[in-house]
Amino acid sequence: MLAKIWDQHVVARVSEDTDLIHIDRHLLHDLGGSRGLLDLKSRGLSVHNPELTFATPDHAISTAPGRSGTSRIGQELLAALRAETAASGIRMFDVDQPGQGIVHVIGPELGLSLPGCTIVCGDSHTCTHGGLGALAFGIGSSELTHVLATQTLIQRRPKTMRVRFEGRLPPGVTAKDMILALIGQVGAAGGTGYAVEYAGSAIRDLAVEGRLTICNLSIELGAKVGMVAPDETTFEFLRGRTYAPKGAMWEQAVEAWRELASDADATFDREVEIDVEKIIPQVTWGISPEHVIGVDGRIPDPGAIEDPARRAAVETALDYMGLQGGAPIAGTPIDWVFIGSCTNSRLSDLRAAADVARGRRVAPNVRAWVVPGSENVKRQAVAEGLDRIFTEAGFEWREPGCSMCLAANGEVVAPGQRSVSTSNRNFVGRQGPRARTHLASPASAAASAIAGAIADVRTMGR
Amino acid sequence: MPKPFNKVTAVAAPIMRGNIDTDVIIRIERLVGNSVRGTLGKWAFGSLRYLADGAENPDFILNREPYRQAEILVTGPNFGCGSSREGAVWSLQELGIRAIIGSGFGDIFFSNCFQNGILPVVVDKEIVDSLAAEIEATQGAGRISIDLEAQTIVSPSGTQHAFEIDPRRREGLLQGLDEVEMTLQRDGDIRAFQTADRSARPWIHFARTSA
Ligand code: SF4
Repeated sequence: MLAKIWDQHVVARVSEDTDLIHIDRHLLHDLGGSRGLLDLKSRGLSVHNPELTFATPDHAISTAPGRSGTSRIGQELLAALRAETAASGIRMFDVDQPGQGIVHVIGPELGLSLPGCTIVCGDSHTCTHGGLGALAFGIGSSELTHVLATQTLIQRRPKTMRVRFEGRLPPGVTAKDMILALIGQVGAAGGTGYAVEYAGSAIRDLAVEGRLTICNLSIELGAKVGMVAPDETTFEFLRGRTYAPKGAMWEQAVEAWRELASDADATFDREVEIDVEKIIPQVTWGISPEHVIGVDGRIPDPGAIEDPARRAAVETALDYMGLQGGAPIAGTPIDWVFIGSCTNSRLSDLRAAADVARGRRVAPNVRAWVVPGSENVKRQAVAEGLDRIFTEAGFEWREPGCSMCLAANGEVVAPGQRSVSTSNRNFVGRQGPRARTHLASPASAAASAIAGAIADVRTMGR
Repeated sequence: MPKPFNKVTAVAAPIMRGNIDTDVIIRIERLVGNSVRGTLGKWAFGSLRYLADGAENPDFILNREPYRQAEILVTGPNFGCGSSREGAVWSLQELGIRAIIGSGFGDIFFSNCFQNGILPVVVDKEIVDSLAAEIEATQGAGRISIDLEAQTIVSPSGTQHAFEIDPRRREGLLQGLDEVEMTLQRDGDIRAFQTADRSARPWIHFARTSA
């Protein structure tokens, strides 16, 4: 599948394993978008294909009601993004407009992200779009300028890895748990240098939203690219979306997309198989997504680890997290719950969390936020009454954006406080200086908000 | 445009913890804004370099002599994983780092290094560990030499290790080439590709609205 998509995009061969490839979609956000456009301008260049470039503010804007908390620099970045995209003829989905949201939520939602297309964005979680069968990856600032100037990138063809998730998902176990379990098994560098294709019956059974969640965490596996072969589920998801092809062109596109799946005899540089029936809801205990266990498990005990380097790593993580090795993870008291981010802020995620929250109350010691991934998700959720379920349960309902996933706009977990988060990174300081993050699914996060402690959603009786 | 890179002989600091992510290298709030370059060296490894009250953490290696002078980092596995922020590379550059040796790097960080004239060198973990051990044995006094042209590292005790590097990347660093300019020379190819692709995959291409 990688080879098929790759070959369709080669503009010129650069060396034996490196090509100049065409970029079909370039997404800009407020944190780096105007910087790239200004950089281009300062070199006396213009945007090669503004009509293939799209922008939205998400990282630095406040998600407070009315966007009241946006910092001065955040406002400057927003103003610069508006001015520079307008000057270049780039479509920008602005705040309060349908289409605004986290870049990796809006791409699929608007039908900008399509099977077999190349998508880049100055953000490592661009791998998310692979859930639709796109070849999508994150780039740095220099490469971003390169794409603006040329609509291409010089890339080395990655190695390939296939992960087959087989079996039926047990109750309470979600796409998020599948991918966290995989990262726990192969490690945070297990996918480095690979484009990962997720396959198997459990992937085929997943809706597109779950596939996006799985692909989203590819980068936490070390892989720049994650992808799922497009199928009928994918086509149904895309049909009728704003930027998806229509009419005869739709038929033509679907026909081409059907050819993208890996051939039966395709070979991969690495293969992994996971039995999903053995997966239980996952929660991280440390400072890397690979520091993950089942919610019914115990925190690793450094005393029981022989390898000195591993023992030291676990000790560092436990020290930062303020946890006791050997203790059960469930029941650890928490201060914050964050339901949001490009991992888990789509409608199905909010529905899963609302199912748990309905008719219950957030524990008094916990502050819980729900941040929808896009303006459209927000509107649909409101139409379904999900916002009411959340607010009646004591959650705060916010405006769409990245928010507390990366804490770039003062939306932070206080030092030393503990958060259960549906985002993708439990790195040191990710949710604020000295904040302690436990990654989990939306259902697990909602259950933990109600329990006031890390909780096993399977014991909540629904 | 990156400065050409050829050789460096310098103090090297081992930072051997695995999975050091780019959030740890530079915190996001230091990167919010369009004029942050030039201000970042001070904040590189901020959460490790400074204590909660803002004072320097005396236990962190880059706060000790001679490691303050380090121009080379010797790193644990998966250094630079996580966020694509190129500011991580800028902050190391502003700190004076010119090359990074490790057994593996985050893919995006790795590319970002080349874009800024920093050489990331991948060698086997055993070699990384032995370099770190030698540096520590000399308490940092022993220098490391990296010769990109010859593709060799020389350890403080004089042991020579060869390393592999993508020839294109090597050439780019040696000459300080600008990729954007090089690609724009192929604009004819790009336009020809787009014309052909417009008939092959019309759904990819939109009409241009006037700016
Ligand atoms: S939600 Fe988080 S991970 Fe996703 S794009 Fe925003 S900051 Fe990055």
